[in-house]
Amino acid sequence: MSKTLLIFRREFAGYFATPLATVFLVVFLAISAGMTFFVANFFDRGQADMNAFFLWHPWLYLVLMPAIGMRLWAEERRSGTIELLMTLPVRPWQLVVGKWLAAWAFAGLALALSAPLWITVNYLGSPDNGVILACYIGSWLMAGSFLAISACVSALTKNQVLAFIGAVVAGFVFVMAGFDLVLAAVRPWAPDIVVQAIASMSFIGHFQRITDGVLEVPALVFFISLIVFALWLNVQALDARKAA
Amino acid sequence: MVLVETRALVKRFGAFTAVDGISFKVERGEVVGFLGPNGAGKSTAMRVIAGFLEPTEGSAYVAGHDSQLDPVGARQSLGYLPEGAPAYPDMTVGAFLEFVAAMRGLSKPTTRERLGELIERIDLAEVWGRRIEALSKGYKRRVGIAQALVHDPDVLILDEPTDGLDPNQKHEMRELIRTLAPNKAIVVSTHILEEVEAICTRAIIIARGKLMADATPAEILARAPPRDPAIQQLVRTTPLEDAFRHITLESAGS
Repeated sequence: MSKTLLIFRREFAGYFATPLATVFLVVFLAISAGMTFFVANFFDRGQADMNAFFLWHPWLYLVLMPAIGMRLWAEERRSGTIELLMTLPVRPWQLVVGKWLAAWAFAGLALALSAPLWITVNYLGSPDNGVILACYIGSWLMAGSFLAISACVSALTKNQVLAFIGAVVAGFVFVMAGFDLVLAAVRPWAPDIVVQAIASMSFIGHFQRITDGVLEVPALVFFISLIVFALWLNVQALDARKAA
Repeated sequence: MVLVETRALVKRFGAFTAVDGISFKVERGEVVGFLGPNGAGKSTAMRVIAGFLEPTEGSAYVAGHDSQLDPVGARQSLGYLPEGAPAYPDMTVGAFLEFVAAMRGLSKPTTRERLGELIERIDLAEVWGRRIEALSKGYKRRVGIAQALVHDPDVLILDEPTDGLDPNQKHEMRELIRTLAPNKAIVVSTHILEEVEAICTRAIIIARGKLMADATPAEILARAPPRDPAIQQLVRTTPLEDAFRHITLESAGS
């Protein structure tokens, strides 16, 4: 466990060693604020809640989480440090979990910096803070799912741009899974159970249930098991590269 | 005591065979020079021994631990300098070495003691607080060596430790390897032949993935073909170079 923590610390500090962290945090806050105020018309809605803020998160994360996750393994492979890391007396899963935790904590920091919006809502009205907390937890877990997918894709290449594009494409599949556009294409030929399985993979569907105000257990289980599965795949990807 | 052993090691990438049935042993106190033309399979063989790559066939042992079945055990006794001495460019030298020491499970007091010793020995005091990306090639290589020595391992596998160093630095690096030699088993890859004469107790020559020679430098010298005094050499070669060319070109069938 302590080795996972060491990897976490190095990786988390790595974000702040370059302007990447600052740029990312500014972009994240600017876009999410822009969406909230100008696209979702936060003030015109006249409601004391943060739905206008959370509504866009699946789309925002689709692009921004791969930007955090793309470097996790691709950069190590490019610079050769992966050879150093993989010959230290540690198990691959310790590296995988440590790296993902660092990226997830960084995403959590970005999310936490939106607190002024939460304070504003509380100043202007009396929102249901329980719902807002549930939304924050749900959003953070969804970010973790995007990051686990990004990390896994990053382990397959030494090219960060490819890692980014691959992660966006994989994430897009999960975001779109619940849409009729996708389901209508599957429905005519696939049995009902397959259609339902695809629909149940939808990030937006699960996230919406959380933002509706119930911290639904199935939605939480969905995101957590997706994270665990993607991290497991990440370990397999590292092992496969050893044998290649 | 045998500290490094490979048994019929084979590594294929697709249809390409990079390492083709290499077996050898290295005992404590030996410095073995790994020689061969570029692309001969030196780095691949070292990567397999270090456990970074899985062998296609055969096995490698470090201090008695199978590098595949007991990777963590093998790596505990191993100090490895990968090709190009990679290190995290955004870290300072001190932070990087402390990170490696912690990952190797060294306690804080042990780390302080070991790093204090290494700063002296490898002359790192001047760059201790500097970021690795700002270091010269020579210092980067030294950081790579320090990283491999931090836990005082029984086995050292060094992939081109003197590559890119100036003559003075090369000399220092060779002296360092010499002083470390009595208590460790050391495998050093190089294509500088004088280096073999300077520091190695034994030389292993590989070409096209196959082991072509495993002998003392003197024995390898004896394999140099006799010079024809009638032929004027355009470029002067040393007898060791003649032997190396003879052994490695022989495998290419020319």
